Amino acid sequence: MNTRRLSELAKTIRSKNAGPDYITFDIIFPDKESYELVKKSKAITVPKVAKLYSVPEKRIVSFVEYDPGNAIKFTFQREKPNGTLGETDLFGCQQYGPLIDYEISV
Amino acid sequence: MALEKPITVICPNGHLSYARLEKGSFESGLKSSPDAVCADAGSNDVGPYPLGSDTCTSPEEWQRHDIREMLLASRKLGVPMIIGSANDCGTNKGVDKFIRIVKEVAKENSLPPFTLASIRCTLNKQFVQNALTKGARITGLDGRSDLTQQDIDKTDNMIAVMGAEPIQRAVEGGADVIITSRTSDCCIFAGFALAKGASKDMAYYFGKVMECASFCAEPYMGKESIIGTVGKDYVTVEACHPGQRCTPASLAGHAMYERKDPYFEAAAGGTIDMRACKYEQVAEKATKVTGQKFIESKEYFVKLEGSGRVGDRRYLIVGIRDPMTIKTIEKAIEWAKGKVTEQFGENGKEYHLFYHVYGKNAILGDMEPVKETKSHELCVVVEAVAENPARADLIVTLGARSIFYARLKTKGTAGGAALLTDEALEAKPVYRWTMNHIIKIDDPYVHFPITYEKIGAK
Repeated sequence: MNTRRLSELAKTIRSKNAGPDYITFDIIFPDKESYELVKKSKAITVPKVAKLYSVPEKRIVSFVEYDPGNAIKFTFQREKPNGTLGETDLFGCQQYGPLIDYEISV
Repeated sequence: MALEKPITVICPNGHLSYARLEKGSFESGLKSSPDAVCADAGSNDVGPYPLGSDTCTSPEEWQRHDIREMLLASRKLGVPMIIGSANDCGTNKGVDKFIRIVKEVAKENSLPPFTLASIRCTLNKQFVQNALTKGARITGLDGRSDLTQQDIDKTDNMIAVMGAEPIQRAVEGGADVIITSRTSDCCIFAGFALAKGASKDMAYYFGKVMECASFCAEPYMGKESIIGTVGKDYVTVEACHPGQRCTPASLAGHAMYERKDPYFEAAAGGTIDMRACKYEQVAEKATKVTGQKFIESKEYFVKLEGSGRVGDRRYLIVGIRDPMTIKTIEKAIEWAKGKVTEQFGENGKEYHLFYHVYGKNAILGDMEPVKETKSHELCVVVEAVAENPARADLIVTLGARSIFYARLKTKGTAGGAALLTDEALEAKPVYRWTMNHIIKIDDPYVHFPITYEKIGAK
């Protein structure tokens, strides 16, 4: 079994506020093949994402395998709404960082 | 009225004036003579400060630039121009400001007479208060609890988010230029399409796909124009920039952008259902979408956005280059926090003190999986929030200088931190979102009155 970094397989890996109370993550693959490969590997699931980010699973309020977009999408409840006390990422757009080098067994 | 022929709309910018629209692709798109020029000028991403303080985050110079480009283009074509959520937060003050700029630009350019419609929001805190007092449920969104008296009390400023109906009515009323208070992003475009006879199924999806301009195209470019077409049972979107295309992947990808759910999107009056969307590349730069639906809700809800002041904020920035201190940065911070607690009591009660350690985990905090710091230098941004500026100044100064004086095992004995400056940096006050809720209203028009005026008439 080989390991590949997620950034080698996905064409887009991003995070962004979805309203003031959520941050949503999109991992979009260039084609059906790479999407199915990662989907079947079960490397990106609620428990695994929770572990990567050291958050309780209940903070992940949705997890979708979005076939029409060849994408895996999940959404975190923000610890605090955006732009308030102690904000570090106003748009939530750098939270995807750890996914870039995330290793997947394929 | 049914759609007589397909209509086209150009959108030159998503979140108008957060950065200026790019003229090249806008001008190239205008050559196809679209039926309207529309853009959304609002965003929540900017945080609660602008709404709470009734200010804005986009510079007026950039707003004037974008309004001028859109206004001159739409008057030249003789088609409506619609800008929703004026001035970033879409408060009535923001509408007034955009109206002023429109009038100034019209005068400077001696534009022939046109009809200007402004739509403002009269649903205020008193209305929400009355509803709550009468026992109405004001439902929290996105994991929030339902609205409480305390939430209302802590709100300095709020706005209700209008649907497509008032805009549709203004277009039908003959408005050439429409400026609105806070509006569901998709409804700016949907309002125009509905006025021209498009079905709700097509109109709302059309707005959804158009409102971020070139973000729905690939490769990634902001602030470039796109042109959308609404037909009887389809929507087509085309990129205007020579280097961008709208593809099935880019449009399907955009459906999930900044939304929790890629299949549904709520708007005032209902929900866009994208489960059956089919995407088809119909030209090099254009993709057609069919199968979208709009599910009307039985009762009409509008979203409330509210913001209230928390306190005043000051920052200081210190750098660390000593490798021994980098290894023990957490101890240095603990020591500094201890000094602040000695003088000001427990952190999180009457003040809030944060240490953002860039080079370690400033962006992700406790979620950061990289535990070992490999940077040869660290930037520590010290942030203090307190009840007044003087207090925040004192706390941040003590919080930063205590890193300088932290008692650690190291060889350096002349100061433990490189101070970028030792005067606290002034910052805007801190606000927080007090409302992200929905409230039932009886009528989609009554809280959003339209005012018409003739501009440029002798």
